Amino acid sequence: MLRRHWAMILGLTTLFLATGTAFATAGGATGSDVAHEWNLLEELFNPKKTWLLIWFILISGVVVYYIRVASSGKDLKVREIAGLSAVDEAVGRATEMGRPVLFINGILDINDIQTLAGITVLSRVARTAAEYGADLEVPTCRALVMTTARETVQEAYLAAGRPDAYNEDRIYYLTDEQFGYVAGVTGTMVRDKPAACIYMGAFYAESLILAETGNHIGAIQVAGTAMPSQLPFFVAACDYTLIGEEFFAASAYLSGDPKQMGSLKGQDMGKLIGAFGIILGVLMATLSVLFGGGIFETVLVYLSEYMFGDDGFLMTIILMAGGGG
Amino acid sequence: MKRTVPLLIAMFAGIMLLASTFIPLTETWGETVTIWFDILAVGAFVLGGGNLLKIHLEKISSKRSGWAFSVVTLLAFVITLWVGLVQWGVNPPKLYPTHSWAGNYIEEGSGLFWIYDNVVYPLTATMFAMLAFYVASAAFRAFRAKNIEATLLLFTAFIVLLGRTYAGVFLTDWVPGFMAMITGMTPEHFNTMQLDELTGWIMNAPNKAGNRAITIGIALGVVSYSLKILMGVDRSYLGQD
Repeated sequence: MLRRHWAMILGLTTLFLATGTAFATAGGATGSDVAHEWNLLEELFNPKKTWLLIWFILISGVVVYYIRVASSGKDLKVREIAGLSAVDEAVGRATEMGRPVLFINGILDINDIQTLAGITVLSRVARTAAEYGADLEVPTCRALVMTTARETVQEAYLAAGRPDAYNEDRIYYLTDEQFGYVAGVTGTMVRDKPAACIYMGAFYAESLILAETGNHIGAIQVAGTAMPSQLPFFVAACDYTLIGEEFFAASAYLSGDPKQMGSLKGQDMGKLIGAFGIILGVLMATLSVLFGGGIFETVLVYLSEYMFGDDGFLMTIILMAGGGG
Repeated sequence: MKRTVPLLIAMFAGIMLLASTFIPLTETWGETVTIWFDILAVGAFVLGGGNLLKIHLEKISSKRSGWAFSVVTLLAFVITLWVGLVQWGVNPPKLYPTHSWAGNYIEEGSGLFWIYDNVVYPLTATMFAMLAFYVASAAFRAFRAKNIEATLLLFTAFIVLLGRTYAGVFLTDWVPGFMAMITGMTPEHFNTMQLDELTGWIMNAPNKAGNRAITIGIALGVVSYSLKILMGVDRSYLGQD
């Protein structure tokens, strides 16, 4: 399976590299020829996104490499995420208290990656709930999320050997309206008093209303989102919060699948590349101020406008070579 | 088969969207894939509506706790659906004055517009307004000076809260002048000692740095997670982990 994916990635890379080569070839032509070639080739590749493509290939390559390494059986060390250990603890507490576990999958549709990441965590929560015999309730804001969540929870109950305990009516659709959904969920919280509230997905202004209501009823709360503006609210009101990347790492961490753990290592390598870029940028900015611009200023502009911006890479070189300015 | 076909569709859609980012020729392909999702989402409205009816009718018939709320929900659902379907109060378009069905159902004067303006909007605003009280109670808990970190947070929050209002300017606009008088330097050297200026610095330097670190982490997480979906490594969204 992996071999086929490698072939796919290689195919795409080859296509992009071929386009790049064509650009380089066109670089030796005269100005008017370049303009003609440009019109044809710019349909095949957007030169302004050259650096984005390079970063994409580099980071994806590292992630795929570590997935391969992990698949080969090599043990990869990944740091523990406290919030994820708390998920099992929360379900266990709900079981002991004989009260339900409430899982909120955010308010966006299934085409949002945060909703998908939340569904992955739901899979684990449902499995634990099935094993412990806890009652799991999942009110959704979108009908497609409800369908996906039902499928996921049903599979989790089956995997836990408790298909009889699965009740699809506990995973239900409320409304697409943001605050209508909040009113419905908080009403359920106040009436049913769940012992654990788990928020995993994309949240907006409703995050604090939900988390504070959960806090008010004394539920143990675990949240995870990639919305930076909502993170402070979750941190203030929840017992554990998965911050940004931790939320995406959750699926890999919870599954324990070596391939998925490999992707985490690849992600860390991506962070290393990012950190190197930041250090280089800070260094160039400092040196530029100390020595009055010069080469440091040029490097800084190239870093910010080209490498991490959208001014392209090859386009400038080709236009300069062809006399296009 | 039940897993493979959805997996292949997900991979195909992902690759199309990826290609449309870099290849201008395929930009419309990406839009087409997005439209496919919209078509699916429309179908899901029927699913959602059906589920809403089922859950609440069951709740009413078994008189479970809070069944009265279900009556209100169902009434609101049916009335809104009816008003929308019969195009109640919709003005016919100028081109076809005898065909009121061809009018815009959400323009001013239509039944749906009235419902939105007089029911949905005030209720939404009420819920949103409640946020102020939730912020106050969360802030009260978060800003308790339990340890050094919490004390720093409290101190920073105090500066930002004052700096965001006129109180910050009123209380500290004399500081740069006073400091200049004592030290003999220009007042501009002490501008950041004014609370409004200090707030600007806090928001633009330490706050932005932390925010960007989180954003970079999120971006990498998205790339990694997307790759896992594209490669079929993570299939939990298909009901299998």
